[in-house]
Amino acid sequence: MQTSQSPLSLQHAYRGRRRWVLGVLAVAGLTLIWRAVDLQVLDKAFLQSQGNARFLRLVSEPAHRGMITDRHGEPLAISTPVDSVWANPQELIESRESWRKLEKLLGMKSRSLERLLANKRDKEFVYLKRRVSPDVAARIMALKVPGVALAPEYKRFYPAGEVAAHVVGFTNVDDKGQEGMELVFDDRLKSIAGKSWVIKDRYGRVVENVERVSDPQPGEDIALSIDRRLQYLAYRELKAAVKNNRADSGSVVIVDVHTGEILAMVNQPAYNPNNRYRLKSGDLRNRAVTDVFEPGSTIKPFTVAAALETGKYNAHTAVDVRPGYLKVGRKIIRDFRDYGVIDVSTIIQKSSNVGASKLALSISPKHLWNTFASVGLGTDSGSGFPGEPSGLLTDFGAWRDIQRATVSYGYGLSVTALQLARAYAALATDGRPLPSSFVPRDLAQAAELSTYYQPVLSKKSLLSVRGMLETVVKKQGSGTRAAVPGYRIAGKTGTVKKFGGGGYVEDSYLALFAGIAPASDPRLAMVVIINEPRGEKYYGGAVAAPVFSRIMAGALRMMDIPPDSLPITVKQAVLDMQSIKQSKMPDRRVAMLGEAP
Amino acid sequence: MNKTGLLVVVVLAVLVSAIAVIEVKHESRKRFVELRALEKTRDAMNVEWGQLQLEQGTWGTHSRVERLARNKLHMVMPEMNAVVIVKSPL
Repeated sequence: MQTSQSPLSLQHAYRGRRRWVLGVLAVAGLTLIWRAVDLQVLDKAFLQSQGNARFLRLVSEPAHRGMITDRHGEPLAISTPVDSVWANPQELIESRESWRKLEKLLGMKSRSLERLLANKRDKEFVYLKRRVSPDVAARIMALKVPGVALAPEYKRFYPAGEVAAHVVGFTNVDDKGQEGMELVFDDRLKSIAGKSWVIKDRYGRVVENVERVSDPQPGEDIALSIDRRLQYLAYRELKAAVKNNRADSGSVVIVDVHTGEILAMVNQPAYNPNNRYRLKSGDLRNRAVTDVFEPGSTIKPFTVAAALETGKYNAHTAVDVRPGYLKVGRKIIRDFRDYGVIDVSTIIQKSSNVGASKLALSISPKHLWNTFASVGLGTDSGSGFPGEPSGLLTDFGAWRDIQRATVSYGYGLSVTALQLARAYAALATDGRPLPSSFVPRDLAQAAELSTYYQPVLSKKSLLSVRGMLETVVKKQGSGTRAAVPGYRIAGKTGTVKKFGGGGYVEDSYLALFAGIAPASDPRLAMVVIINEPRGEKYYGGAVAAPVFSRIMAGALRMMDIPPDSLPITVKQAVLDMQSIKQSKMPDRRVAMLGEAP
Repeated sequence: MNKTGLLVVVVLAVLVSAIAVIEVKHESRKRFVELRALEKTRDAMNVEWGQLQLEQGTWGTHSRVERLARNKLHMVMPEMNAVVIVKSPL
């Protein structure tokens, strides 16, 4: 008998199965939906942050530090992009076989990488070497070592090298100014790195820029008042002079008398700012600004100017300096020899200490002090150079006769080379000491600044003193070797006994020359200091004056300052524009170079 | 009927916008790659510029110019009596 199930019972049997299947599907669907909600809504923040932590990176884009140039735009400090090699120790530690190659390329000692990695095992970033040259960087990347990458950075170069090292200064490994102008103008020179969020893949490649937080901002370029040509000339001559005289150190400062700008400032010993490994701390000092000394005879023009200003004296007033020494209190002031009865002008020309003392003792201490102070002695130069001391000029109230006398020939007060140059610049103009400046300044700015100063010396006295200073470099003067052919030079020698160990040291001298050129219409003031010359000669007229002459000759020519005292033998011509247009260029050209050292 | 029509329009609009999103995303990736390449070129040029500047600085050092002028070109400082001072008529 055939059994047949009714459709109804069949339907009944499948209904259960269908429900069961649907139920399972529904549960599966709901589970998926729940999971989706869980991921997308409930855990979203957590997951997103985890994802970002793995791929989203804040990277910085370095910008370059501003350039430092001289007054004509010649670079003195430039930043150029270079690469720094860094590694992720956790990855690099795995590839032991490439360590040796890396060490070789990076110039590291063998096994030093192993130690470094062992120390930084738990870090994710370590610099292997900062600022490598582009070809080394390329060779490192060619090795394709996992965990080693490049980071762009900037390296500071100083094209002028040691010639401008003291003025320009340098930066540290983090591009922060440490010395000189790099330090003074750090705020304006420094760059601000840009920041942006990027997505990086597993290999550290940037695949997407998400957001730029800030743009990279390069630093400002700064022009200095320095003239690189004068700087080089001064450096070359000073270096030769310090070497030839076996001196300890030396400085030269050249300032523009009308603006107070520093055109050149060099020192010995110097250092190469591009390679500072063997640096001695003494080399770092910008001696022209930071070192004080007693100015000795170079101060006499101001003493004489003070005397002239009283009206009691003129250039030809006779002063008796016999017998070549003068007793003040218990001290004896001596001259080099007995000059007899001489006029005021000869006191300067021969540099008579007795004469200067007699002048100083015959005028009021207050007036002498005022004169010195009015040209900026005893204060800082206003240059803003880090570490500049103010000079020393004790109050006249405490001066006894002996102080009045010694201060008249430059002992018992102290200045820096820059402060002395500033005082001579005041002497060269209207008696107002413009603050010194390392940045360019035009005549209008200078004129405004000069209104803050009250001159004590009249035009007449200044002119008269400048005339006396001209006799110094003429025949019979103490500084004949400072003369520059074709130009009138006004200047003063100085030979200062150095003070140390509780008294003045025998056979330890400072040779000085301070001067102005051209004397008929002064443009430049310059101070030359040679510290402790150990040659046969040690006095300023023999050691410092020739340096002055060579540098000043070059400086006047480079600055296009016309000669004011040409011998009649020099040919002069007047340009005839018409004939120049018709003729060809002359084929004889003359080289314009400084004298051979 | 009206409702179905609206639905069709909305669905189509969603599709179009989805495709547009893909398109824009693709375009932005392409542009980004381009930007990276340009930035790389710029960096390379910056490097070169810096090196050229330094090279110029090295070749143009005053001491080198002076040495060449004196020793190679035999240039000298003219004597005072070899100089003619020219006064400009202007």
